[in-house]
Amino acid sequence: MTTESGKKSRLIEEMKAQSGQDPNSCYQCGKCSAACPVTAALDLMPHQVIRYLQLGLEDELAESKTPWICASCFTCAARCPRDIDLARMMEGIRLSVLRCREGNKFGPADLTPEQLEKLPQQALVSGFRKYNK
Amino acid sequence: MPRTGVFICHCGTNIAGTVDIDKAVEASRNFPGVVHADEYRYLCSEMGQDIIKKAIEEQDLDRVVVGTCSPRMHEATFRKAAAEAGLNPYLLEVANIREHCSWVHKDMGEATPKAISLLRAAAAKAALNTALEAPRLDVEKRALVIGGGIAGIQAALDIAEAGYEVDIVEREPSIGGRMAQLEKTFPTLDCSACILTPKMVEAAQHPNVNLLTYSEVEEVKGFVGQFDVKIKKKARYVDSVKCTGCGICWEKCPSKAPSEFEMGLAKRKSIYVPFAQAVPNVPVIDRDSCLYFRKGRCQICEKECPPQAIDYEQQDEIIERRYGAIIMATGFDQLDPTIYGEYGYGQHPDILTGLEFERLFNASGPTGGKIVRLSDGKPPKKVVFIQCVGSRDKARGMNYCSKICCMYTAKQAVLLKEKVPDAKSYVFYIDVRTAGKGYEEFQRRAAEEYDVAYLRGQVGKIFPEEDHLVVRGVDSLSGRLIEINADMVVLAAASIARCDAPEVGRLVGINSDSYNFFNEAHPKLKPVETHTAGVFIAGACQSPKDIPDTVSQASAAAVKAIGLLSKDKLQGEACTAEVNQAECSGCLYCEAVCPYSAISPVEIEERYHGGTLKRTVAEVNPALCKGCGSCTVACRSGTINLKGFSNEQILAEVDAICLQR
Repeated sequence: MTTESGKKSRLIEEMKAQSGQDPNSCYQCGKCSAACPVTAALDLMPHQVIRYLQLGLEDELAESKTPWICASCFTCAARCPRDIDLARMMEGIRLSVLRCREGNKFGPADLTPEQLEKLPQQALVSGFRKYNK
Repeated sequence: MPRTGVFICHCGTNIAGTVDIDKAVEASRNFPGVVHADEYRYLCSEMGQDIIKKAIEEQDLDRVVVGTCSPRMHEATFRKAAAEAGLNPYLLEVANIREHCSWVHKDMGEATPKAISLLRAAAAKAALNTALEAPRLDVEKRALVIGGGIAGIQAALDIAEAGYEVDIVEREPSIGGRMAQLEKTFPTLDCSACILTPKMVEAAQHPNVNLLTYSEVEEVKGFVGQFDVKIKKKARYVDSVKCTGCGICWEKCPSKAPSEFEMGLAKRKSIYVPFAQAVPNVPVIDRDSCLYFRKGRCQICEKECPPQAIDYEQQDEIIERRYGAIIMATGFDQLDPTIYGEYGYGQHPDILTGLEFERLFNASGPTGGKIVRLSDGKPPKKVVFIQCVGSRDKARGMNYCSKICCMYTAKQAVLLKEKVPDAKSYVFYIDVRTAGKGYEEFQRRAAEEYDVAYLRGQVGKIFPEEDHLVVRGVDSLSGRLIEINADMVVLAAASIARCDAPEVGRLVGINSDSYNFFNEAHPKLKPVETHTAGVFIAGACQSPKDIPDTVSQASAAAVKAIGLLSKDKLQGEACTAEVNQAECSGCLYCEAVCPYSAISPVEIEERYHGGTLKRTVAEVNPALCKGCGSCTVACRSGTINLKGFSNEQILAEVDAICLQR
């Protein structure tokens, strides 16, 4: 997935890896938007979110409220004729936005040997996953 | 020792670009039995063939190896050339040094030794080749058409006009099929019955056409030119010869059942013809709803019938006939949209499928041709059409496009406007696909002149509210939610293969794709042929199709059948299996694996300790055998051999490749 400038979008690649869903399967029928119970409250309709993914509009996606309003009711996923799990995709976008939004919060070098010893390994790994670019 | 000649083709640079031809020719001269080797730029050309022919004569060659393209391309060409020079064509062997070698390699240093290996293997096999003769088979000059819709009728009429006898087997009581159910046909809006019924009558009256309605094919045996078919003529309980089609029986009959022809929207009597223009105009009694068959009393039809044609004792009849060719024209069904809970089909009388809505237009249909809501009989003012219900849907429906829905929806919206001028139509679509002569123009007319609103999007939910249906959809172009208070909803349900298509296909030995549509032999170059010689396909049983395409395909299938029937003899397969009965233990594993039913047990007598012993062994019918080789693999004692591909020949090839170093 590439942005308009032809560059690979990190946000979208991350989203694909997280959700396992391919936005290119979508043929924009709009069934998800027609079925979604909260479409009226969204700034981007579900099918538009996928269109933005197809076009690589990552900055606009990161600004959108839609992924945060999505309640994961799975109606879209149940109705999609292309077998795309949109709810999963929204979750993927939420995670990717979090991970890509700001710079590194901390790196392994910022930790003292005492902290490294005391911190549970699982928390350490998940912290790096989430906040390390 | 054989006298083998090797001929290597450059194929321009296709082969010569990666194989060193001179080296290959030089190497070939040293193969066992090779007395002559040559090369040429295009061996398949007239000049190239002459080089082979001349060498056969001058060098007295009794085996030929050609190093060329795949045998699928030019084996027939070179075999014919060999035959013209007086050599049995099966003594020629093809080494595929193009597809199997030059095209898949880049490095000449690697491709050349591989080409030499392939040539050496072919020469080793050729040394063991024997002269073979292809059997000559008779052709029964009669065709069978399975399915009496527009495809079957058209194919049968074309065959009949060419002077051959043809039988149409139709499952329903009348021919006519799906086309008979339609009101008008796009894009010209001619009345379907007006153009179909003359053809139905022509089929019934043509001296070469024999209609077998209310009949089904039970069994097909044999092979191209000689299919032995068993057809079950189901009991109508009406004597077709005596019946005049006066209609008194179905007028008087007191019991009813849902009409299949009216898609269940109306009732028919228990003794019935499916529709007014039925051919033949002879009713059938439906045992399941008939009072006499259910409860043993009534018999009104028998009492009322003027020519006394009712016969409750009639039995199913089995007809056995031989045919030279078979055309499959079994048609299609409509997907049942109840699987789409959000559309509410089946839960509300005003939510219909396209074919059901079509029946409302018909003067003899369930509403007498009036477009009204089935719930309250009022004419609808707002009708929502939904496209792709089950089509283009890999999650719950069919992955393919049903091809006809965009056009019939536009047609129905236009017809609706003509019948109910103040009605407004809305069409929810994903893409409008109107490829076809005059199709795009028609659809645009619907949108521009008939005020049909095309909304690019899909519907998420339909639910009843007061006296209307709320349709919630989206228009993806404007990015707006659309809510329509509709009076009626029409679902363009996917066209699907007949549910029993795989079994019917198995009867005649043809296969289907993953959607159960029959497979053609080649998607472009053999669109009406199948992989079973002598069986052709036409119409929507191959894929969803409109009437023009169906009729064209039916005529194409008819031409193929006529071509076959016009031959006096057919050439069979020369490379067939043969059993060495002295070694056969009679386990008959081969019989079980043979896909062509070509192997059967036979009893032979043998001398044994001075007396005679009877035992069972396998026997191959060479007319049925296609030379697939399954039996040779299954045979535990290795006593079945495929002529032209014997175990010895294959092993000689393996040895020639493996033992060269």
